Amino acid sequence: MPELFDWIATLPVLLQGVVIIAVFVAVVGLIVLAVEYLPRPGRGGTIFRISLAVLVPVIILALLHTYDIAIAAGALVGLGLFLLDRRARRGAGSLLQLWAFLAPAGALLILGLVIPFIRTVLFAFQDDSGTEFVGFENFAWIFSNPDNLITVGNTLIWVLVAPAASTILGLIYAVFIDNSRGEKIYKLLVFLPMAISFVGASIIWRLVYQARPADEAQVGLMNAVLGMVGLGPVDPLSSAPANTFAMIVVFVWIQVGFAMVVLSAAIKGVPAEQHEAAALDGASAFRRFTQVTIPWIRPTLIVVLSTASIASLKVFDIVIAMTNGRNSSGVLAQQMYERFTLGENGRAAAFALLLCILVIPLIVINVRNLRRSREGQ
Amino acid sequence: MTASTVLDPNTRPNLPPEKPRTLDRVREKLSSKTATIAALLIAILWTLPTLGLLVSSFRTPDAVATSGWWTAFTDGGLTLDNYEAIFDPTRVYVNIGEGLLNSLAITIPGAILPLGLALLAAYAFAWIPFRGRNWIFIGIFALQIVPIQMVMVPLLRLFSSGEIFGTVVVRPLGGDSGFASIWLAHTILALPLTIFLLHNFIASLPNDLFEAARIDGAGHGQIFLRIVLPLAMPAIASIAIFQFLWVWNDLLIALVFSSSDQNPITVMLTNMVGTQGQNTFLLSAAAFISIIIPLLVFLGLQRYFVRGLLAGATKG
Repeated sequence: MPELFDWIATLPVLLQGVVIIAVFVAVVGLIVLAVEYLPRPGRGGTIFRISLAVLVPVIILALLHTYDIAIAAGALVGLGLFLLDRRARRGAGSLLQLWAFLAPAGALLILGLVIPFIRTVLFAFQDDSGTEFVGFENFAWIFSNPDNLITVGNTLIWVLVAPAASTILGLIYAVFIDNSRGEKIYKLLVFLPMAISFVGASIIWRLVYQARPADEAQVGLMNAVLGMVGLGPVDPLSSAPANTFAMIVVFVWIQVGFAMVVLSAAIKGVPAEQHEAAALDGASAFRRFTQVTIPWIRPTLIVVLSTASIASLKVFDIVIAMTNGRNSSGVLAQQMYERFTLGENGRAAAFALLLCILVIPLIVINVRNLRRSREGQ
Repeated sequence: MTASTVLDPNTRPNLPPEKPRTLDRVREKLSSKTATIAALLIAILWTLPTLGLLVSSFRTPDAVATSGWWTAFTDGGLTLDNYEAIFDPTRVYVNIGEGLLNSLAITIPGAILPLGLALLAAYAFAWIPFRGRNWIFIGIFALQIVPIQMVMVPLLRLFSSGEIFGTVVVRPLGGDSGFASIWLAHTILALPLTIFLLHNFIASLPNDLFEAARIDGAGHGQIFLRIVLPLAMPAIASIAIFQFLWVWNDLLIALVFSSSDQNPITVMLTNMVGTQGQNTFLLSAAAFISIIIPLLVFLGLQRYFVRGLLAGATKG
């Protein structure tokens, strides 16, 4: 594999992506083909198995230019196919098929997620070199250092304000535009920021927040509007806690589109009869909204809220691109990265574990909500 | 039971028009007017910041420094020079053109590789019965909770030295293995959710199709290629678009896993904020270049995107 990647790296940039996809499709195709024809009994199957036993080492040799891997693979494929040939005569082979389907993803998940996860949990209780266990020292450092307490506090502000703000705004907007003329365009305009990266959005909002001295013309939209109503120029990014709220605005600007589209679909799912029944009973539009619509879309509201909560806990890009954690605006994910760049692996892991522990209850809520709504159907 | 069970939708027009109801209707029309105005305001508020970026990116340095972008409509001061400048590494210290190419080279495999592997696994979970299937599937679902931060450092070590817990288990990637580690990182981190979403879709395909194919003598390979793959195309399309936007807009994985030669445009933009923070005319041009491709993908394939969003949101 390393040789393959080294070779790909020598190609022109765009071709690299094309080549890796071609190799990947060929490998997946080979797996599927093998799954189909390997277990077939009879002479056709045997011929296919033999030709595969020759082809696989040849392909590996051509791709990787190494004899050791090709020989090992040849032996392995040969042995596996020999066993399969015997099984095929008895009409079996589903175990190997199962392996062929599951092994690629399974190997990556175990090597790339499960084991590194366990390693990081251990890191959190070790010193920065990852050799000596230090107990809860890293966590004690997080909760004793005043700067870190501000970081934890900022993350709490994020998770308390950002999801609620984006969900409520999204809901109000979805209700306002429901069945209105030009609903599609209304949706698109608010939905569009979802395609913009957090970094791009941060640059967009840095322009909005720009502040010039009071005697100069304001070039930022926010201070220009403030100036029109006679309020002095403010730089929201320069002081806490205003900077955290200024960044939450950027998050909400992106996230409202998601909340609006999902909630709008849920609102359209409310049975018309229920609304009519409530209207016949003399309920006002507002009462119908709170007593018919809201209970009906409750599961969707929970999904939207918890999704936004998870996203706001993990917020990283906005803080990096807008303040880089200056002026007491740091959050957990950004501090974790900063400790990582300083080579303090133990403290970085402690931040990561803290983040992970905060996310777990939200996922549990999501799963329980999912199960309940399925049972309800 | 409420009136809803009695009320047949077809008889609705025959309801006697009562006086209070017409009054209600007037009131409702008024309130729908205020709703429309409020919606219009929000829509404008949501669009103005992006418009500001677009206009700023075409303004001269002088104009950007002394007046707001909204004056450009009356005062002029527009130029194409900013876009020339950002593609000139000697003027902005980063190569935006290279960043765009790198982003493409990272994003397209980053969207396709996890989808392919997840399709295979999702098919096995949905249609090959085996012992412990449910438990393994729940385990994969649970892996979604793992934030990138929790696996970042060990994964980086695995790529660079091939070791886990101090033991070498795979051959390390070479010093110049290009995009390999960033492709692998994106693939690994996308797998749990992609497997989960695809499984939901593939498992809901009607059983009759599979029965009929098996009777015709098709094995798992043929069923996968001829039945599952074509029928799952809508789901594949929406997940691919999601993953494309996610990878394109990613900053953290790129910061950690790409070397400076392979930096995508998000990393270059972040660096520019540091070096060119005062030169908003350059920064806005570069930012606009970076958002134009995801915007086009998004606008062109919006239908699939919304469908995927709704499936993802209501199913987990």
